[in-house]
Amino acid sequence: MRVGAPVVSALLMPRNMVIATLALLLLVLPAYASFTGNAFLVTLFTRIIILGMAASSLNLILGYGGMVSFGHSVYLGIGGYAVGILSFEGVQSGFVQWPLAILGCALFALLVGALSLRTRGVYFIMITLAFAQLAYYFGVGLDRYGADDGLSISQRSAFAGLINLSDRAQFYYLCFGLLLATIYLTWRLVNSRFGMVIQGARSNDRRMRAIGFPTFRYRLTAFVISGAICGLAGALLANHTGFISPATMHWTRSGDLIVMVVLGGMGSLFGPFMGAVVLLSLEEALPAIIRTLASPLFGATAVRIAEYWQIVLGPLFLLVVLFARGGIDGLLRGARRA
Amino acid sequence: MPDAILEIEQLTKRFGGIIASDSISLSVPKGELHAVIGPNGAGKTTLIGQLAGEIVPDAGRIHFESHDVTELSAWRRSQLGLARSFQITSLFADFTALDNVALAVQAHAGHSFHLWADARNEASLREPARAALARFDLAERADVLVSRLSHGEHRQLEMAMALATGPRMLLLDEPMAGLGPQESARMVKTLRELKRELTILLIEHDMEAVFALADRITVLVYGRIIACDVPAAIKENAQVRQAYLGEQEIVVD
Repeated sequence: MRVGAPVVSALLMPRNMVIATLALLLLVLPAYASFTGNAFLVTLFTRIIILGMAASSLNLILGYGGMVSFGHSVYLGIGGYAVGILSFEGVQSGFVQWPLAILGCALFALLVGALSLRTRGVYFIMITLAFAQLAYYFGVGLDRYGADDGLSISQRSAFAGLINLSDRAQFYYLCFGLLLATIYLTWRLVNSRFGMVIQGARSNDRRMRAIGFPTFRYRLTAFVISGAICGLAGALLANHTGFISPATMHWTRSGDLIVMVVLGGMGSLFGPFMGAVVLLSLEEALPAIIRTLASPLFGATAVRIAEYWQIVLGPLFLLVVLFARGGIDGLLRGARRA
Repeated sequence: MPDAILEIEQLTKRFGGIIASDSISLSVPKGELHAVIGPNGAGKTTLIGQLAGEIVPDAGRIHFESHDVTELSAWRRSQLGLARSFQITSLFADFTALDNVALAVQAHAGHSFHLWADARNEASLREPARAALARFDLAERADVLVSRLSHGEHRQLEMAMALATGPRMLLLDEPMAGLGPQESARMVKTLRELKRELTILLIEHDMEAVFALADRITVLVYGRIIACDVPAAIKENAQVRQAYLGEQEIVVD
């Protein structure tokens, strides 16, 4: 790779500067939090990172593969239940829990993909949704594991002393590392021969078959990889919250993941994570912002008004979809030309 | 016919009450450029669709070289060396011209479960793709996004992709559709070159091009073959004149 001017100018692009700054801030976040004694910040961003990883996994099939899976949170659920159930049954080792979480999700994705990928458009969306609902109600029926009340996970996954997940900072960095690994893996995948095939199939599946590609097997493989990565995110999430319930698999949670991907930028490497940062930060901050803005005008009623923060979030999302087709990533890219 | 590369027997396809292919039997020998002409709605594109494996016929058989391909999917036929181009341009709009053709090369370079190496750095895919682009005068447009190419360039790219699959036979669905006189002339020249290497089944409305290029011509009307002969004979065929050309004179050159 050439050094010098091209590298510098690439770094100076608004998008890359935002990403570099974000990465730097995330890197020093635990130090900042312990310095200021604001432990909540680490907890919040651990959650953002985990869901950003789930959104990135969805991006592989939604953004690059054009497969609108409307049941992706089911893999968060399966991954979470793998950890929860094994822990409940006395298996605390992460070396057992996490591979099983990934494997379980891969198998479920194989089943869902094998059936849904034979259809297109709305039918595809409906089949993925139907399977997610199926898993949701299966979870509700799991009497031994808390049914719809969910299951508390008293102990975090153990890794034979290699890493202590109960340590907030260690767990944070593990999640951060796995997010970066996910993005790196996505980058390798989408630029490989395999990635060219799934992107070609998104763009024009009929032509792909006409030039000699059996596209189904490649799309199915992408679907399984995506589910498997999301399963790992599910295992992280269950460790993070110390709890797993069918609510994780509810269709609205799948909707949240889609919103993150679309908001951040479909088919962009860092977009889904940026979408997760913006969406989840707004969810945290909007009620407080509205309360502050509304209290001089409405006094005590401001608290009630702040409960309707989603009225602000909804139009905000709408604006991005209408005016920034590439999402946040697209906006930052376009800023280069301005 | 012993040296036939493509052999169609009694091919029949109905859409509701309409017969799009009415017991079509046709044999194309190796090396021939065979044109299929006929008025709009004669079932020409339906015929190509069945040959390429996108439309399932109701009856009849299709043999390609030594294979009965009637039941084979589109991608398997492509793997056997049967390539098609589309009447309505069908490309990968968000890829560059070079990416488009490289994908066609990749489809015939083993399986694509290579998950790690950058496909855009693979000379074994890029070099043949560049060669195919150069052949259709697109070498300088290699890195332009398809969505920014002109219609004429789309038509050329359409052909470059079909050719990059390394076919033994080309099914061309109106390659000259929408081209200006100059672009058409270029396409005729290219087809004349291709004809020396490949067997071609050509659907085309441009009669001048058809009569200049074809070794034999099949005339299709309402899904039925009414004539199949050398160009000179087709020009004189009374039935063809009446059914297809009316009383118009076919003007060539």
